[in-house]
Amino acid sequence: MRLSSLVFAIVASLLHNPLPAGDVIENNSRVDEGRRLAHDFDKGNCLACHAAPTDPQAITKANIAPPLIGMRARFGDRQALRSQIWDAAKRNPETIMPPFGRHKILSNDEIELIIDYLYTL
Amino acid sequence: MSPIACHASRFKRAFLTLLLLLVGAPLFASPEEDREAFLAFFSGRFPGVPLEQYVHGSMMLSEDALSQYESIMDFPPFQGDIDRGRMLWEKPFANGRTFADCFDDGGRNVAGLYPYYDEANDRVVTFEMALNACLKENGEAKLDYGDRSTMGVLTAYARTLSDGMAMNIKVDSEGARKKYEAGRAFYFRRIGQHNLACASCHYTHAGHYFRDELLSPTIGQAVHFPVFRGGEFLFTLHMRYQRCMEALRAVPFAAGSEELNNLEYFHSYLNNGLPLKASVYRR
Repeated sequence: MRLSSLVFAIVASLLHNPLPAGDVIENNSRVDEGRRLAHDFDKGNCLACHAAPTDPQAITKANIAPPLIGMRARFGDRQALRSQIWDAAKRNPETIMPPFGRHKILSNDEIELIIDYLYTL
Repeated sequence: MSPIACHASRFKRAFLTLLLLLVGAPLFASPEEDREAFLAFFSGRFPGVPLEQYVHGSMMLSEDALSQYESIMDFPPFQGDIDRGRMLWEKPFANGRTFADCFDDGGRNVAGLYPYYDEANDRVVTFEMALNACLKENGEAKLDYGDRSTMGVLTAYARTLSDGMAMNIKVDSEGARKKYEAGRAFYFRRIGQHNLACASCHYTHAGHYFRDELLSPTIGQAVHFPVFRGGEFLFTLHMRYQRCMEALRAVPFAAGSEELNNLEYFHSYLNNGLPLKASVYRR
């Protein structure tokens, strides 16, 4: 009885809220694309310097920069994370993080996709 | 003196001292002070690693990598390239002389003296330039510094004649110091789309993992070239510099260019005292 009421609740919620389910699918594909860009050697190549210990697909021994973890807690403000990727030297002139936006290594759209991925970590 | 004036002059003195520390120290550090500072930094980063192990680069940090290296070096897959270099080295020129006639002791234990500063021509002279000068003196065509199959293999043999010799670079004139400083400035200069300097990886982050590669420290690098990457691809030191510049998405300077010669001069000075070991395996 309890299982059938759970199924009923899920089906009912899907029927009543078709839009959020669509958003989740859309969001997942953005995260996947962000992950691809973040891991790509020729794009973000984030794993060259950062580990991402909560993502099983992120295979790296990197320990040059802080691990990508708890990103929502560390960068509650999306603009702060965007700025860090755009040109990390603004916050720390000694950083060796490449200025991905300022030097056009990544486009604005690519940075937004990577941020969506980073917020899952 | 009023207390306020006294205060002001103390401030002035503190300010001048600070200015000297910030500006003066890096400008006036002698090459030997540089070398000692690099050694101190790395011995702090790699406690317990003896200096002679630095010639193995990042492999000094991994017993597995070192034992793999030693087993490959027992029967180097690149021995053919070294042998081809030996044939070039021993082949008489049209006038009957050979490369060995151009160097002291037939070219044994000489490579550690290069690069040196040539006062008369106000330039840094690398070992490869000395090989080309030898060809020219004997009426032969010079070799291309970027050609693996000629200059590359020639140095892969000729440099082994100096295996075991301690690197012994001298910076002992004003002109020499200028070239050293030019090389030093290059080493610390951020370049390329990635905006990184040699120092970013091989000083600041030496011994850290770049993906799954350990970054090697600057000290230990200049004594073991050429290398055979993956056991087959020959890289002279300048070719390796070029590969780094490409990775930073910078337009590389040419092999044998003044910029890379000066960089090699600075780089080699920091490696003074370490034993040479040419033609080695690297990942």
